[in-house]
Amino acid sequence: MDKIKSLADLQAKKESLLATMAQTNEQDVQIKVAMATCGIAAGAKEVMDTMSDICEAKGVKTNISQTGCMGYCYAEPTVEIKKPGKEPIVFGYVNAAKAKEIVEKYILNDEIIEGVIPQNYQSIDN
Amino acid sequence: MDVNKKQLRIALRNCGFIDPENIDQYIVRDGYMALANVLMQNNPQAAIEVVKKSGLRGRGGGGFPTGLKWELASKNPSDQKYMICNADEGDPGAFMDRSILEGDPHSVIEAMAIGGFCIGATKGLIYIRAEYPLAIKRLEIAIAQAREYGFLGQKILGSDFDFDLELRYGAGAFVCGEETALIHSMEGMRGEPTFKPPFPAQEGYLKKPSNVNNVETFANIPVIFNKGWEWFSSIGTEKSKGTKVFALAGQINNVGLIEVPMGITLREVIFEIGGGIKGGKQFKAVQTGGPSGGCLTEAFLDTPIDYDNLIAAGSMMGSGGMIVMDETSCMPAVARFYLDFTVEESCGKCTPCRIGNKRLCEILDKIIEGKGTMDDLTILKNLSQVIKDTALCGLGQTSPNPILSTIDHFWDEYVAHVTNKKCPAGQCKSMKQYIIDAEQCIGCTACARACPVGAIKGEKKNPHSINQDLCIKCGACYEKCKFNAISII
Repeated sequence: MDKIKSLADLQAKKESLLATMAQTNEQDVQIKVAMATCGIAAGAKEVMDTMSDICEAKGVKTNISQTGCMGYCYAEPTVEIKKPGKEPIVFGYVNAAKAKEIVEKYILNDEIIEGVIPQNYQSIDN
Repeated sequence: MDVNKKQLRIALRNCGFIDPENIDQYIVRDGYMALANVLMQNNPQAAIEVVKKSGLRGRGGGGFPTGLKWELASKNPSDQKYMICNADEGDPGAFMDRSILEGDPHSVIEAMAIGGFCIGATKGLIYIRAEYPLAIKRLEIAIAQAREYGFLGQKILGSDFDFDLELRYGAGAFVCGEETALIHSMEGMRGEPTFKPPFPAQEGYLKKPSNVNNVETFANIPVIFNKGWEWFSSIGTEKSKGTKVFALAGQINNVGLIEVPMGITLREVIFEIGGGIKGGKQFKAVQTGGPSGGCLTEAFLDTPIDYDNLIAAGSMMGSGGMIVMDETSCMPAVARFYLDFTVEESCGKCTPCRIGNKRLCEILDKIIEGKGTMDDLTILKNLSQVIKDTALCGLGQTSPNPILSTIDHFWDEYVAHVTNKKCPAGQCKSMKQYIIDAEQCIGCTACARACPVGAIKGEKKNPHSINQDLCIKCGACYEKCKFNAISII
C-alpha cells in the first residue's frame, strides 16, 4: 500500500477503517481468542480451530481473530464474543467442548451459559 | 469508582482487544496518531516537556523520570544517537513486557519513534530475550507493517525525520536488564555492568549517546500525547503518576495480568482484584520487585502502592512481579529461593556479589537445615548490609533485599528455625517429623507399603511406627493414611 504521508492521511485512513469495521460488526459475530504464549500453551489454538470449524459447519458468519493476553491467566484459554448489537462477553476455561457449547448455545440461541468472566477494568475510552 | 473495576488499562489498552499482527486494528484505536502529531508540531523540546509534565517514571523498576532521561540524552550532541528498548524481562514470575509485546507491539514501536525524534536518534534497538519467540515474531511482523505504512524508515509521515528499528537478542541473563550491561551485550561483549558515570545518555551504545527505556514505559507514551499530560498526571499519587502493570501470581485465586492506578492498596489488589487467597488460607506476605525487592506483610496491606512507599516499606516497585504467599510459606526458604537466583545470575565481576551472595546462600541453607545459630543471623544481617553498600551494580546492591526484608518482618520465624529448630510454616523438611499415633493406627499397612525407603515397621493389625533415622520426609504415608493416624510435628 501507499505510505501514509501526513496526519490528515492517517486520520482519513482511520476513518475508512472504522467505517469498514462498523459494517462487519453489524453483520458478523466477532470472536477474539487470547493467543499470547500463555494462552497458546493452555490450548487456545485448538479452541480457535474448533470454533472456526463449528461456525463454518453451522453457517454462522463470523470474524475470528487472535489477540494478545486479556489478563485472565487463571481462566485461560479465554475467548471474547461480540454479537452484532450486543456488548462483548468474555468466556474463560474454554476447551473444545466449551467452544462447541458457546457456538451452539450462546451464538446461535442467545442462551446464557456458565463461564462468563466479569469485566474488571476500566479502559481509557471512558 | 465501580468496586468491580479497580483496574485502569493504559499500557494494556490494546492487549487482548486487537490483533497484534494487524496494524489496521492499531490505527483504529488511535495508533500512530501521537507520532503524527509530534512530527507535525516538529518541536522535540516541547514533546520532551509533555513527557516531563506527565510525571511518567521508568516502569522497569528504577522509577527514574522518563522525560528527564530524554532531556539528558537530547542535550548531548552527536552524529548518531540510539533509542533502546529494554525487553530483557528477567524477574521470576514476571510477564508484563512479554504480554505487551505479544499483544500490542505497535505501541512500543510508535513510542520509540517519538522518543527517537525527541532525543535526536535515527536508530532504535529493541533488546529482547531470545526466550520470547512469539514476542519476537510479532515484533518483526509489526516492524515490517510499520515500514510499509511509512511509520518507520525515511521521511516518516512526510516529515524530515528518519527512524528505523532493529532487534537484538539477549541470551537470557538477568544482569543484562541493567542498562550498562544491556548495552555491552548488544555491542557483542560480555553482559557485565560498568560504573556510572558515564551514563548511557553520555556514552552508550557504541560510545554514542543512548537512551534506554522499558517496554511498559514506552507503552504509556502514545496515550500521554493523545490524551494529554494533564489527564495522565491526574491519575496516581503525588510522586507516582499513571498506572502500573503487575503480574499477579502465587497463592491467589485470580492469577493474572493486571493494571492498576498508582496509589491503590495491596489489599484491593490481592483481595478484590485477585479474589483472595487460594483455599481460604491466611495471607502471609506479598513479594514485590523480584529478586531485588522484598516481602511485605499484613501491616502494609493498606499502604498505597507507589515507588516511594514501597521503598520505605523495605521493598520496591520493581518491574511488576507480585507473588502472594499464604501461611504455608516459610520465609527463610523464600529468601533462599531468591538468593539462589541471584547467585546463579551474578556476572562475577565484583567480589561482594560473587562471593558475598554465595555465603549468604550457604548461611540460609544452614538455617533451613536446622543447623543455624543466633550468630549466623547476625552474620546474615551484617553481610547483607556490606553487599548492599559495596556491590558494583543494581543487581548486587539489591540482592540481599529478600533477606533483609524477611528478617525485618519475620524475625521470629528465623529465631524459631535456629533456637527451637522448628519451621513455623511446616515447610522445612529437616525440621519436620512424621509420627504415627498408636491409638489411631489400626495396622492396615497402607503406610508401610507406600513408604519408599522402608522406614515404617509394624505387624498387621497392630500400630506401626516410623524409624526417624530412615525417614526422608516425603509425606507419602501421610497421604495414604485413611485414619488420620499420622501427624506432622
